[in-house]
Formats: sequence, structure tokens, C-alpha cells
Amino acid sequence: MKFGIVTFPGSNCDYDAYRAVVDSLGETAVYLWHKERDLQSSDVIILPGGFSYGDYLRAGAIARFSPIMIDVAAHAQRGGIVLGICNGFQVACEAGLLPGALLRNSHLQFISAPATLRVETTATRFTSSYAEGDLITLPVAHGEGRFTADESTLDKLEGDGRVIFRYVDSAGVATPDANPNGAERNIAGIVNDRGNVLGMMPHPERALDNLLGSDDGLGVFESLLARVAA
Amino acid sequence: MGSFRVAVHITPRRGILDPQGKAVQGALQSLGFDGVGDVHVGRYIVIETEATTEAAAVDSVRSMCERLLANPVVEDFEIEAAVNA
Repeated sequence: MKFGIVTFPGSNCDYDAYRAVVDSLGETAVYLWHKERDLQSSDVIILPGGFSYGDYLRAGAIARFSPIMIDVAAHAQRGGIVLGICNGFQVACEAGLLPGALLRNSHLQFISAPATLRVETTATRFTSSYAEGDLITLPVAHGEGRFTADESTLDKLEGDGRVIFRYVDSAGVATPDANPNGAERNIAGIVNDRGNVLGMMPHPERALDNLLGSDDGLGVFESLLARVAA
Repeated sequence: MGSFRVAVHITPRRGILDPQGKAVQGALQSLGFDGVGDVHVGRYIVIETEATTEAAAVDSVRSMCERLLANPVVEDFEIEAAVNA
């Protein structure tokens, strides 16, 4: 499977994503410069973490108008898979590929720490390799990760089973203390209505090897590979 | 065509948690400004633009707000009248 990793000015997890795909998964990856208009026949598009355009104005607000985003949106429209991680989640929300917005962390501080997540559903292309209710540990590293949407949007996300990761404590309970950024309903990751676009603040691409603390992120990629290969 | 200067205030939508505003509110109250209630911190953007009329300049800036400057999911904006730049 071919992964296209979009590099915006200020992206800094594009290399992590590349190494994850090539070294940990043994798949093919290409970098896609944000000014290009060619996805190079990639099957999966990764919008990586970082600080595109210095997070000026709002995180992701300027990157979402990069030329390649026209093609990323068309890819998503065709049902193609898009994985927005951290800043990529912010870009995807700004671009309207996902509902809601990511606001400044409620404690106003940048947070870089492992977070415990509960896998809320396995009925997505991104989580089929996990078991429902699995507790996984992935790193978070962001200053604007507070997922926010109006109540009806949140209810719809919940009702449609589109909240796929939630911040929880070690017992698997979604408490305020387990919420690293004040996200509404402890939401860490969601999918769009067609289930082909995932946005998540935690970094699965940084958790693919126990040597680096956790390989719990593998499931996201293994789910994708199994799904596309099938 | 004339040159106009148009200013925009962008603020967090009411009802959405505004931790920056809360922090400033706490700081003001601790300085003894007892009368301080809610505080909201937003952005103030000044745009110079060419337009045929003041109204056209304001219309153009409204479109800028809707497309880029404000996020309609979580922010409100208010445009000040255009002045000749």
C-alpha cells in the first residue's frame, strides 16, 4: 500500500510518519509537498503533526488552503482514506473534512505526555485490529487539542459510533483528570460520516515500537492494511 | 477605487470555554478589580484593502472572515466601519 505524507511548511511529524510506514510496516511512502497538485497515486493520505504555517491565525487555518488540499479533499470525496494526526486533525477540521474544531488546551499549556485511550469501536477502517474497550497508550503533544463542537454534532458523533478514541484513566473511565486538554466528552479521535477520514490528536505513528515506549499505535496501521488488502 | 482600512474583532463564541479569558479574569480580580465579570480574549485584525466604496470594502472583509479569518464553528466576528486609509 502506498502512503502519501503531506509536508506543509512547519510539519514536523512527516518524517516520523514516513519511518513508521516504511520501517515499521514495510510499506511504501512518498512525501507530498503542499504546493503540489499530485497525490502520486497514494492509497492513504497522512496529514502529519507539526505546526503548519506556525499555527498562525488558528492551527491548520492556513494549511487547509494549500494547493494539495484540493486533491486531498477530492481523494476523501472519492472514499479514499485520510489520516489526520495532531496538526493534521486540526487541518482536516479547518478544511471541513471533519466536524468540530480544536481549541487551546483548557489549562493553556502545551502538553507532551503519554495518554491512555479507550478504543470505542472496532467497526472502522482504522480500528478493526483492536478489540472494543482496549486501553492503549499513545503520546500526545499539542497546545490546541481541545475538541469542540456543538451539542447536536457531539450527539450525532456519539450516536453514529464515530467517536473512536477517548481519553480515559487507567481503569478505562473517561474522567476529567484523564482528559489532557479539556476535549468535549474526552474525545481524542473521530471519523467522518463515511468513515474514511480519521482525525486524532494522539500520535499512533510515534508508538510502533516498544523500544520507544509503546507499540499500541500499530493497530491503526494494521487495521488500514488489513482493510485495503481485503 | 479607494483605499480603506477595515478592522475586525474575532472572539470565542459565547458558551464555549475560553480558558484565556478565564485566566485574565482571575488575574484582574486578584489585582483588586472586584467588578470584573466575564472576560473574553480574541483577535483584532486590521486589513487595508482597495475597494470601490466603503460598503464594498466591508463586504469583502466579511467574506474574508467567513472563509479564513474566523472559524464559524467556534468564533464570532464583528467588523468595524471602513475608514479611508
